[in-house]
Amino acid sequence: MRKWRCVICDFEYDEALGMPDEGIAPGTRWEDVPETWSCPDCGAPKAEFQMVEVAPAA
Amino acid sequence: MSKLLPGAWRDGKRYLWLLGIAAMALPMIGGVLAERTGLSLFWWFTPLFIYLGVPLLDALVGEDRNNPPDAVVPALEKDRYYRWAVYAAVPFEYASLIWGAWTAATQSLAWWEYLGLAISVGMATGIAIAIAHELGHKTDPFEQWLAKIALAPTGYGHFYSEHNRGHHVRVATPEDPASSRYGESFYAFLPRTIAGGIRSAIAIEKGRMARRGLSFWSWRNDVLNAWAMTPVLFTALVLAFGWKALPFLLIQAVYGFSLLEVVNYLEHYGLCRQKLPGGRYERCQPTHSWNSNHVFSNVFLYGLERHSDHHANPLRGYEALRHFDGSPQLPNGYAGMILLAYCPPLWFAVMNPKVRAHYDGNLSLANVKPSLRARLPLQGAV
Repeated sequence: MRKWRCVICDFEYDEALGMPDEGIAPGTRWEDVPETWSCPDCGAPKAEFQMVEVAPAA
Repeated sequence: MSKLLPGAWRDGKRYLWLLGIAAMALPMIGGVLAERTGLSLFWWFTPLFIYLGVPLLDALVGEDRNNPPDAVVPALEKDRYYRWAVYAAVPFEYASLIWGAWTAATQSLAWWEYLGLAISVGMATGIAIAIAHELGHKTDPFEQWLAKIALAPTGYGHFYSEHNRGHHVRVATPEDPASSRYGESFYAFLPRTIAGGIRSAIAIEKGRMARRGLSFWSWRNDVLNAWAMTPVLFTALVLAFGWKALPFLLIQAVYGFSLLEVVNYLEHYGLCRQKLPGGRYERCQPTHSWNSNHVFSNVFLYGLERHSDHHANPLRGYEALRHFDGSPQLPNGYAGMILLAYCPPLWFAVMNPKVRAHYDGNLSLANVKPSLRARLPLQGAV
């Protein structure tokens, strides 16, 4: 499982945790997060802004 | 380059946005008028125009609730003209600052003229924080640097980092120093937001540098590299024109960033995001920012007053910001609302009923000043 960091505000998306509040189940891979999803903290869109990979697959 | 956008829709404000550049030149226009007419009052031209002329023009010209159709937005956002209309304002900001420093140091002005000059330039450099704001939201390195350059005259370089990584994340929550609370006067908000913003910016950069394995003192620290421009700029101006420029520089800086903070005060007053079961706050919606569609002040501030859409969609360019029917509306543009904010009893009389109406009388949903929260009858609270 990997983590992805928003380049604007440093929010981290953790694939292991997902975003259950937003209907993204724990374990959802980054590739499977909808393209319309945006950073929940600052609103940076997934499609337009690459998240930085912080931890490679273990 | 083409003016033609898909369909028949044309941007009625396309050339009006250039007024944002004119705003940067207001102090120099005042200086020329003072020179030509010999009337000292013109050293105060900028605040007179902003505080008397703009609210009046907002009331007369009124609101524009038109939105660009979704189909034209991608073309609108790709049109470089709108970016250049922002870049071009920065040289005018610097022209006003440098001209002001030269005038303050070398012309024999009476103290009230000197003060008027400093306040006038402070209004321009303060409004320039709206320009830095528009630039600082973008991921293009040139725009990011230009944002910091536009912030240097007010010494508010930390805004670049704090605004995107602090304010946008915590907006309309009790944790955000830059979101004002129901019952909090502007004069109580001002020291809280200044100190809170600096503290937050330092904490953010400490975290960012640590995550990247860098020292806090790295040149990549966005607070330090932006702050560093201010002493360099001020020292250069004092060396060029003399010590008499220094009080001018300090007054315009304090006035400029206070202008930003009064705008912060009115953008989210009393509005609050609710906590989700998981402990996070709900996403920022258009209902979490006060919006204003007043045409005149909006073109002066690059659409900043369409704040509801901005916070819900922070990367949208100013030319594409929309009005939302559900978002709470300010009764005038920012210039008029600033005057109200300066006078807390009037502000409370106008805005408190609007906050209560927005939450259907249930203030437990609002962002309320802590000392007031304990005493409020939280009618309708669940």
